Amino acid sequence: MGLFLGQGAPMSAKLDAKIPSGPVDRKWDKHRFELKLVNPANKRKFDILVVGTGLAGGSAAAALAELGYNVKVFCIQDSPRRAHSIAAQGGINAAKNYPNDGDSIWRLFYDTVKGGDFRAREANVYRLAQISNAIIDHCAALGVPFAREYGGLLANRSFGGAQVSRTFYARGQTGQQLLLGAYSALIRQVGKGQVKMFQRREMLELVVADGMARGIVCRNLVTGAIESYAGHAVLLCTGGYGNVYYLSTNALASNVSATWRAHKKGAYFANPCFTQIHPTCVPVSGEHQSKLTLMSESLRNDGRVWVPKKKGDRRPPQDIPEGERDYYLERRYPSFGNLVPRDVASRAAKQACDDGGGVGGTGLAVYLDFADAIKRLGVDAIREKYGNLFDMYQHIAGEDPYRAPMRIYPAVHYTMGGLWVDYNLMTTIPGLFCLGEANFSDHGANRLGASALMQGLADGYFIIPATLGGYLAGSKLPKVESSHPSFKEAERLAEERTRRLLAVGGSRTPADFHKELGRVMWDKVGMARNENGLKEALSRIPQLREEFWSNVKITGSGAEFNQTLERAGRVADFLEFGELIARDALERRESCGGHFREEYQTPDGEAKRDDHNFSHVAAWEHAGEGKAPLRHQESLDFEAVHLAERSYV
Amino acid sequence: MRFRLRIWRQKGAEGGRLVDYEIDGISPDVSFLEMLDVLNERLVSRGQEAVAFDSDCREGICGMCSLVINGQPHGPDRGMATCQLYMRRFKDGDVIVVEPFRARAFPPVKDLVVDRSALDRIIAAGGFISINTGSAPEANTVAVPKQNAERAMDSAACIGCGACVAACPNAAAMLFVGAKVSHLALLPQGGPERDRRVLAMRAQMDSEGFGNCTNETECEAACPKEIKMSNIARLNREYMRASLLAEDYTASKESA
Repeated sequence: MGLFLGQGAPMSAKLDAKIPSGPVDRKWDKHRFELKLVNPANKRKFDILVVGTGLAGGSAAAALAELGYNVKVFCIQDSPRRAHSIAAQGGINAAKNYPNDGDSIWRLFYDTVKGGDFRAREANVYRLAQISNAIIDHCAALGVPFAREYGGLLANRSFGGAQVSRTFYARGQTGQQLLLGAYSALIRQVGKGQVKMFQRREMLELVVADGMARGIVCRNLVTGAIESYAGHAVLLCTGGYGNVYYLSTNALASNVSATWRAHKKGAYFANPCFTQIHPTCVPVSGEHQSKLTLMSESLRNDGRVWVPKKKGDRRPPQDIPEGERDYYLERRYPSFGNLVPRDVASRAAKQACDDGGGVGGTGLAVYLDFADAIKRLGVDAIREKYGNLFDMYQHIAGEDPYRAPMRIYPAVHYTMGGLWVDYNLMTTIPGLFCLGEANFSDHGANRLGASALMQGLADGYFIIPATLGGYLAGSKLPKVESSHPSFKEAERLAEERTRRLLAVGGSRTPADFHKELGRVMWDKVGMARNENGLKEALSRIPQLREEFWSNVKITGSGAEFNQTLERAGRVADFLEFGELIARDALERRESCGGHFREEYQTPDGEAKRDDHNFSHVAAWEHAGEGKAPLRHQESLDFEAVHLAERSYV
Repeated sequence: MRFRLRIWRQKGAEGGRLVDYEIDGISPDVSFLEMLDVLNERLVSRGQEAVAFDSDCREGICGMCSLVINGQPHGPDRGMATCQLYMRRFKDGDVIVVEPFRARAFPPVKDLVVDRSALDRIIAAGGFISINTGSAPEANTVAVPKQNAERAMDSAACIGCGACVAACPNAAAMLFVGAKVSHLALLPQGGPERDRRVLAMRAQMDSEGFGNCTNETECEAACPKEIKMSNIARLNREYMRASLLAEDYTASKESA
């Protein structure tokens, strides 16, 4: 056991990423050839459970059903079409090189590794870039109404951090259209009876039998019934954990519970401190705010970011002459300007506000100005590109962005960390796979714009259909039904937990605890972190958790539709998980991508990586209740892209 | 701000009633759903059960939120979902009546929550293009005239919330179905299944208990994505065309 555990173990046997040998551009082909296949006639003998129906889960369920597997899908909303992928606005990357501007699979690969600040696996990222083109083909064939040129062919735009135009889009609703495409493919299989759909279900436990993931226990959110489902493999496609910050751009139901419960059953959690702050959100207005609204950062293509040069300048933006404005991104990063990656843009905004340049009522906002673009391209061109975003802004903020600049501020948006998976997308629990934002894999320490949609669909449409077959064909899977003792045990755990929550009978609502946790996370484990703050968070979170379990107030019962109880269960998990983020952030004594440690920065305030000590994935193992989790490492080797300081100057 | 709320409360499928709540200390800048959050926080603190209502993205795109507010699905703002409604839209002291989306095809679940899975079943009957993963041609081998792509996108913008059904005196789902039929009929990729699709979706729509369109145009007025009535006209044209021209009636017979 000593080899497997222990802090700082170089690489434990469990963390074999199973990266195929050979040159990076041949690995995926080689691997697909070497994977065992499931005979077409045998596929119907396998039951696959897919939890979550966003881009990753929806596409995986559809693609697996098309192959002939029996699929059961579970979603927390009333329909699979509502998963939060739907809110992605900007676009999806692919290496088509349609604009003839020098793009290639290699360049998309290179940009993604570099953009991820060298904390992603080369082999995974290369595969993602390779698959990107097939995703566009498939989505177009599914009827996704991508933007087109007058000749009828697909339009592209340049997007956050890219110097080529490789982003495909459907107005400002790309996520919606891609998700509805995946949903249509999924629901076609529902109609055929190849997929069984379970809506308004929340996974409460993973069932592990004989060391393999063999099922899940859910709560039926309508009746409150605890239900068990058995299968030969379980796919968690449950999205990110940004709501641990309370205010984020995530949907209200987005949570960490499914992956956290799997973690507690043995799945390692990788790089939880890699969280992304999105630079272009509508600023916070008041204390009852329930979420933050993101505006696509495609806005940065034509908008110019600035703050007044004079601190506390309260004049309306139009009255501030050109010479008294600080276009700080253009000034600090002359070659990338307003298109620097998200983390750089976010921290620069925070810094501008911390330095007293912030605008708006709270002083926590910077301007994003379209006046020049409107002059250059005309109001119609701007309306065509960003019309719905402008409308959205006007509606929320009550100001017309065609006339006055928008006010923006960063908000928690995406989480690069997630369950550790190998090259096959399998976690450390055999038979448990993790796809999309829920896994940790391809974005390293920072995700580039328009890459989340690409990764979710790559995982679901193209990777899992190959790798899941390899697992099923190569494993001995004894018959396990929901009458198996491991199911009874998981059901007991789920029921007991609900009983415990309801029995507390305290005086604070679950949402109130959530809000307080969010404040601790944002202040101490947010955009910029330091040792003292992280240690404070590590002492505050357990106190808050203890108070939660002795003072939470939940009305109603477990045997009915009870949204207060649902919320309580999710908050209880966030109260455990938040601690792991802080711990991971404390242990990673470097700055990289979305993880910025104030102690580790260059003299001009840029993130300073420590490749010698931290060029690795940190994967955390749950060591039991009340025990410190164990940190394992998977070292990252860069053969194709040479480790270099990220520089956008 | 201060409001008197009259909210529909209902346990399970049994009948319900409007219950009055007073709420004060509400900022005009909070959203309608955040105002309900505040109400629920106060109710739970007092040991009362929270009002159940659906919402998720809270930015007008997931289609999860519903509510009939003062008689209007998604409230008074045009082209907006309930989650995008702000309290500045109301006057201090207003009485606000909040009810669920009501339709025979939307059975009640609890309070303001209804079951809209009938809409999923209509899509499952034919609202897709039958292509298996891996078999797609190179995307730019199929050109789509820009104006068709734009119109397809206008229809595809539907968020499946069901406001059109709630607004219609006949509880018709014609705008929802018309939007999906139009989206796919406008694209060359949707061509091969054009007839089968419209016949199957219409048959499913009828069997779910949705009514027929009598040109009240309430659906268009309530739609948070401003989907146009012309989608219903196209649905009718597509249906007529398929009924007259389609040689293979199996699809419609199967699902009838």
